[in-house]
Amino acid sequence: MSSTAPMPLLEARNLGVSYAVRHAGRQVRLRALDDVSFDLARAETLGIVGESGSGKSTLARALLRLIPADAGTVRLHPDIDLLGLRGAALRSVRSRLQMIFQDGVAALDPRQRIGEALEEPLLVLKPQLSGLQRRERVRLGLERVGLERAHLDRFPHQFSGGQAQRIGMARALMVEPEIVVCDEPLSSLDVSIKAQITALLQQLKQDLNLSMIFIAHDLPAVQQLCERVLVLYLGRVMEIARCDALFDRPRHPYTRALLRSVPIPDPRVARGRRTAPLAGEIPSSLTPPSGCVFRTRCPYAVDRCAREVPLLRSIDGSEVACHRAEEIEGIRT
Amino acid sequence: MSEALLQIRSLAVRYPAPHGQAAGAVQALSGVDLDVAAGECLGLVGESGSGKTAILLSILGLLPPNARLGGSIRFHGDELVGMPLKRLNQIRGTRIAMIFQDPMSALNPYMRIIDQLSEVPRVHGGLSRRDAGQRALEMLEAVHIGEPRRRARQYPHELSGGMRQRVMIAMALIAEPELILADEPTTALDVTVQAQILELLQELRERTGAALLLVTHDLGIVAQLADRVGVMRHGRIVEQAGCLALFERPQHEYTRSLLAAMPRLKVPA
Repeated sequence: MSSTAPMPLLEARNLGVSYAVRHAGRQVRLRALDDVSFDLARAETLGIVGESGSGKSTLARALLRLIPADAGTVRLHPDIDLLGLRGAALRSVRSRLQMIFQDGVAALDPRQRIGEALEEPLLVLKPQLSGLQRRERVRLGLERVGLERAHLDRFPHQFSGGQAQRIGMARALMVEPEIVVCDEPLSSLDVSIKAQITALLQQLKQDLNLSMIFIAHDLPAVQQLCERVLVLYLGRVMEIARCDALFDRPRHPYTRALLRSVPIPDPRVARGRRTAPLAGEIPSSLTPPSGCVFRTRCPYAVDRCAREVPLLRSIDGSEVACHRAEEIEGIRT
Repeated sequence: MSEALLQIRSLAVRYPAPHGQAAGAVQALSGVDLDVAAGECLGLVGESGSGKTAILLSILGLLPPNARLGGSIRFHGDELVGMPLKRLNQIRGTRIAMIFQDPMSALNPYMRIIDQLSEVPRVHGGLSRRDAGQRALEMLEAVHIGEPRRRARQYPHELSGGMRQRVMIAMALIAEPELILADEPTTALDVTVQAQILELLQELRERTGAALLLVTHDLGIVAQLADRVGVMRHGRIVEQAGCLALFERPQHEYTRSLLAAMPRLKVPA
């Protein structure tokens, strides 16, 4: 895989994750993520999009070692084998990678005051800090996300969804990570709050020179925040491209369908769109289609798609896993 | 506008403070005036807590018992506020139906799909078990559920989110209501499935001529479906206009800020 940056901060290669599940009375492996490779450059935001069940959250959790990967490698700059770390070495690397969760309130301990919740990661990951230094950092962290000192003594249930999301951000940033993985941080928020949190993420990213992996359903937010985008379907990469290229010229039929599914807040345009671009729903990961996993819903599928798994290949700087990407380029949908 | 199918005047909903407390009363709705004409789609937009859902629950008489309801809600000229339960039950479910946001909590987990769907024509239409079952199967086909016979025998948890929402739409439409209330019917769904459900709602409306009162926070959905739009804030309707007019000439400052906050996908023309 080519990258513009000379040395990516994070490098995932052929990442695979499977879960043991019971199906039809037997123990089987469900492949949630299969052969996923990508780079994350310093100060870059990589968007991850795809429907429910495409493996977005599995990817986030595997990168943070919250669930085990069973194939592939993840290298953290300069030469840390992220998936091979154990014990103290793993703990020390956790301050470099942090996560912001979808549901801000649920991610906090309901019986822990916010001040303690913010201090806790410092106690665990930065034990060298004095009490005074910790409290100073908590104060700064709170300010940075637009909250006040008075909030320190409150409990999670006393906050709105937007405020809880700010606390989640403050908590993730407490240990000064280089990479923040955001798992749908905007999903449960109202439009105006969503706009505020998006602006805050953008601000923090700039101020702190953060690299981000931004998982989202919300394609407009992805377009606003990300430099590059990775499209997942049924655990596989369909397309990776620079953000502008992906939205201007989506190459993969799945990317095209995803973009065309987003409601447009303009009655003149929206009225003209009568048919849903994709029929059916994402198949079960227990019985993925042969060849290209997207072929069962793809309007362009041919015999070859059932036989051969399409490999990611480069087309004008975008990487696309589709046998027919060039052919369908000219077809207006 | 001719005689409205649904006419809401000065609707107010108040939750009194918990017993013995001075503070804590909540005014959920105040001074709401709203008309829905036959066959029309009225979109209600606003943020969480703005009172969108409270309007729907008021229409159906489903507000919690401590709620204080004032004003008037007329359906075909009949006053729903204070209507005896027996009469109200002849209207809701058959002439006014509701599509909830979360089908998993609105469907009975212990009942097969076919039994849930047959309930309405059996209870309200007086159909036999066999005829009601037949009607249920027709409805599953009408909402484009593949393998309807097999799906009919399954339980809600065996269906995907999109299919469950289709079942709920089938359930709402089985008695051929004149008015459908939909509370964020696609919020829990992926965009691709959302597009399918919106298409289905449109198709069914055209076929049955039912009016739709659609509550959503998504202006994109409103743009696609609604003939007119009401914008809600803090329990009031701050602006009501035709869909095109609202998007192109918003009058109220709050409407303008909502439109400005709405994330838009920039796509090549």
